[in-house]
Amino acid sequence: MNWFYRMSSPPHFYRWAGAAIPWVLWPAVALGIVAAYLGLVRAPQDYQMGDTVRIMYVHVPSAWLSLMSYSSMAVAAAIGWIWRMKLAHAVAAAIAPAGASLTFLALVTGAIWGKPTWGTYWVWDARLTSELVLLFLFMGVILLRNAYEDRPQGDRAAAILTIVGVVNVPIIHFSVKWWNTLHQTASVSVTGKSGIDASLLWPLLLMMLAFTLYLVALVLMRTRNEVLRREQRKRWVIELVSS
Amino acid sequence: MTSVSLSRVLRAQMLKEWRQLGRQFGATLTPLLFFAVVVALFPLSTQPSPERLATIAGPVVWVAALLSAMLALQTLFRSDYDDGSLQLMALSPTPLWLQVWAKQFAHWTTSGLPLVLLGPVAGYSLNLPAEANLTLVLALLLGTLSLSALGAMGAALTVGLGQGGLLFSVLVLPLMVPTLILGARATELAGAGLSASGALNVLAAITLLTATLTPFATAAALRVSLE
Repeated sequence: MNWFYRMSSPPHFYRWAGAAIPWVLWPAVALGIVAAYLGLVRAPQDYQMGDTVRIMYVHVPSAWLSLMSYSSMAVAAAIGWIWRMKLAHAVAAAIAPAGASLTFLALVTGAIWGKPTWGTYWVWDARLTSELVLLFLFMGVILLRNAYEDRPQGDRAAAILTIVGVVNVPIIHFSVKWWNTLHQTASVSVTGKSGIDASLLWPLLLMMLAFTLYLVALVLMRTRNEVLRREQRKRWVIELVSS
Repeated sequence: MTSVSLSRVLRAQMLKEWRQLGRQFGATLTPLLFFAVVVALFPLSTQPSPERLATIAGPVVWVAALLSAMLALQTLFRSDYDDGSLQLMALSPTPLWLQVWAKQFAHWTTSGLPLVLLGPVAGYSLNLPAEANLTLVLALLLGTLSLSALGAMGAALTVGLGQGGLLFSVLVLPLMVPTLILGARATELAGAGLSASGALNVLAAITLLTATLTPFATAAALRVSLE
């Protein structure tokens, strides 16, 4: 709990995050390079999809992280709402554009992958539609936050929308499943046996780890900026900038 | 001090809403007229052969109902916000969520309920099979209640913003997707002569969930707007 209180102090967070970023960012870059080599060069072609399968190394991590970032944003928003913690709102504000970009990336890579394998860029399938709705939710949260001139007010309004959205995401997913669905079921399973071969699976898992670490580093950097912008009239920021 | 009683709050809000209907008849009627116009646009923009219309009848009625609900709901709290009644509602000893619930229900009786009654008329004009009418009415009854609850939340989030109209739609439409899908699905199944009870049950579940849970979010959003 002590750690939690110390963390909620913006200057303390600013220093801590500044020190932590290299420890997250460089492993992310290194892992990303290794995973890209293994996945793009070493891994064999798929017997049905050929080299097309390799877009999986961007598509799957970004799709997974788009959901992860929405739930992290919701957790940050809930913490900010319940404890009236300004830093948590800054984190939520920092995640939103990153999550929206990842959602967009998942949609675009999915479309590029879909053309050669399914013969179409887009279908109104359950997963695709829920991902699109997720993008709209991200956009709504960003727009609502910016629409308020008063920042704490915008933060709290965006927090409500984020939390309502997180309840709605599974409902949206299951409601769109009412249509017949084209997207393959998940091939990577944590508990059971995975449906893809180890030579393809390992680079994918490494890439997912690399993407996750990269997102963490990105959010830390963006939160630092956000904190500076929000605290720009505070003495510690003025001292930091003038020194 | 007034006691916390749902029936009293509901009665007061109903009275207020129906008095407003008497005073601003045109403003209340506009969303219904909008519904009728949107429904009429579809036969005009495609070949109005009976078979073709029957296949799009369900989706058209539902999209029109959703758009009409958006129009009716985006200013739900605007006048209360402008004249300060919202401040009084927030200060009253009666929980705000209860008042929100009563207000959105009272508003629904003047905006959602007429849509439920207009639904079969629209369905008839689009050649929806007569057997599907009961399902359409049931689905609209459930669906408009859920749309009202979600729309009220969006209205509460944007009431403090000068021109929140467009933002309101962007916020609320994604949340309304499940209601739209299941409502249209039920209507479609009934139109094809199949059993729609599955879709109706899930729609009922969504309605119960939104109608009971969103008033808390709406009340919280109103407090944010009043800050």
